Amino acid sequence: MRRPNGGLWGGRGALLAAIPMLAILVVPLIALAGASSPSDIAAGARHPLFAPALWLSARTTVASLAVIVTAGTPLAWWLARASGRGARTAELLVDLPVVIPPAVMGIALLQTFGPHGLLGPALASLGIHLPFTTTAVVAAQVVVSAPFYIQGAAAAFRRVDDDLLIVARTLGQSPAGAFFRVAVPLALPGMVAGAALSWARALGEFGATLFFAGNFTGSTQTMPLAIYTALESDTRVAVALALVLAAASVLLLVPLRTLPSLLSRRLDRPPRSPHAHPLPK
Amino acid sequence: MKWEARVRARAGAFDLNATVAGDGAPVVLIGPNGSGKTTLLRAVSGGHAPVSGRICVGERVLYDSEGGVCLPPEERRIGYVPQGYGLFPHLRVLDNVAFGLSAARPGQSRAQRRTAAAALLEEIACGHLAERLPATLSGGEKQRVALARALLSEPDLLLLDEPLAALDAATRRDMRGYLAGHLAARGKPALVVTHDARDVQALGAPAVYALEKGVVVQRGSPADLAAHPASDFVREFFRSAWPGALSGEPSGFSAERSSEA
Repeated sequence: MRRPNGGLWGGRGALLAAIPMLAILVVPLIALAGASSPSDIAAGARHPLFAPALWLSARTTVASLAVIVTAGTPLAWWLARASGRGARTAELLVDLPVVIPPAVMGIALLQTFGPHGLLGPALASLGIHLPFTTTAVVAAQVVVSAPFYIQGAAAAFRRVDDDLLIVARTLGQSPAGAFFRVAVPLALPGMVAGAALSWARALGEFGATLFFAGNFTGSTQTMPLAIYTALESDTRVAVALALVLAAASVLLLVPLRTLPSLLSRRLDRPPRSPHAHPLPK
Repeated sequence: MKWEARVRARAGAFDLNATVAGDGAPVVLIGPNGSGKTTLLRAVSGGHAPVSGRICVGERVLYDSEGGVCLPPEERRIGYVPQGYGLFPHLRVLDNVAFGLSAARPGQSRAQRRTAAAALLEEIACGHLAERLPATLSGGEKQRVALARALLSEPDLLLLDEPLAALDAATRRDMRGYLAGHLAARGKPALVVTHDARDVQALGAPAVYALEKGVVVQRGSPADLAAHPASDFVREFFRSAWPGALSGEPSGFSAERSSEA
């Protein structure tokens, strides 16, 4: 997209000033991509750590995304529509996991669900032991990545015009009808963008998972943990895993950047001339 | 059909405290920006919760703080066309019009509703717009579709928030006549917010309410307000359209001053 004033402000000087940061971001990825030959990658992919970690990451991130969207959407809607101190406080609480280091969140989860934690003994009496299980992986991912979806969805819900919702109600829709038939379709681009960010964050989750779920092949060793383990024995495996993870993230980035704008372009297409649309009959 | 809305509500910087009433003829609401006009309309529609008051249309009580009555918008039989028309941007014109039928006629299939909506669009000479998205319509087209959609569910009271404000001069003139014709043919109550004295004239509204800072500063016939404006805003409002009114003789009715003034 061409920006106005590109000629005035986007010249060679600005480019030169921008290059260092761009290089810092891109050079490591280029190094990663060029680090190993295809045969190395193939060898890494055949390593016993690789397949279980890939499968576990796929399963747990899909599960955590399902939890986040199901439970996060009502929260996002409430944050967007409620006014008052309660909602503003809740907004701050939702932001907390973004600024708190994931490792700290892992310890916090242990303090909650661990054998001596806040809820741990009660759950244990019901026969539920959360720490160091696959469920714990999902819990860690949910806690760390949910804010990205909730913030995105809440921002999208806030942009839905109140009047449209009132009109939907006066046209006979129940609150749920107005929500699903008007609010959700209009907020969908922002919800999708938030969900994609959330998923990407869950895919990369390391700290909280390590402390709360451990690092057991097949049950809690996700891709990032497998990279960590592989680095100690076989760098080729680490690089292969890293490349697959990078590829998955890039694949996520493409729809992340294109889908929301595609969805919203549908809504505000510029007026067509009457000639472009022949009259029927 | 008589209706009355007595509403106390919070509206930004001040409290809205106004009583508006009418019968089968359109009632016009005027006032400066931020005087509480939209809040009043939303309160009547059920989209904004008043602090207290009573709203009734005909025999039906829609809201009564003392009686503990507060019908949700979907049970009020109110048609609401907000500023900017409120067309759903993600639905084609046909689906926008059919939207109201899904709740009003639950027994009908989607195809039947679309057929009914298409017939209505043909009636208002907008059949060719059926498959278009609202963003591709002109202002006048949007206004026609929004009005048709609101009227399809046969509301008891129609609320129009600045229905002609966003239109260019020529379209505005056409739509003014179109709107006046529709409201007269319908013969049911309507409350219309406007910033243009020519709209008051064209709609043939017997009653005008002037709202300022949340209270009704004057109510009466347009001629009365023009002849005896109670505030600078009312004087300015009528000056452009009825230049003779200020110097001309009074119309015979005396402008009623509202008790809140």
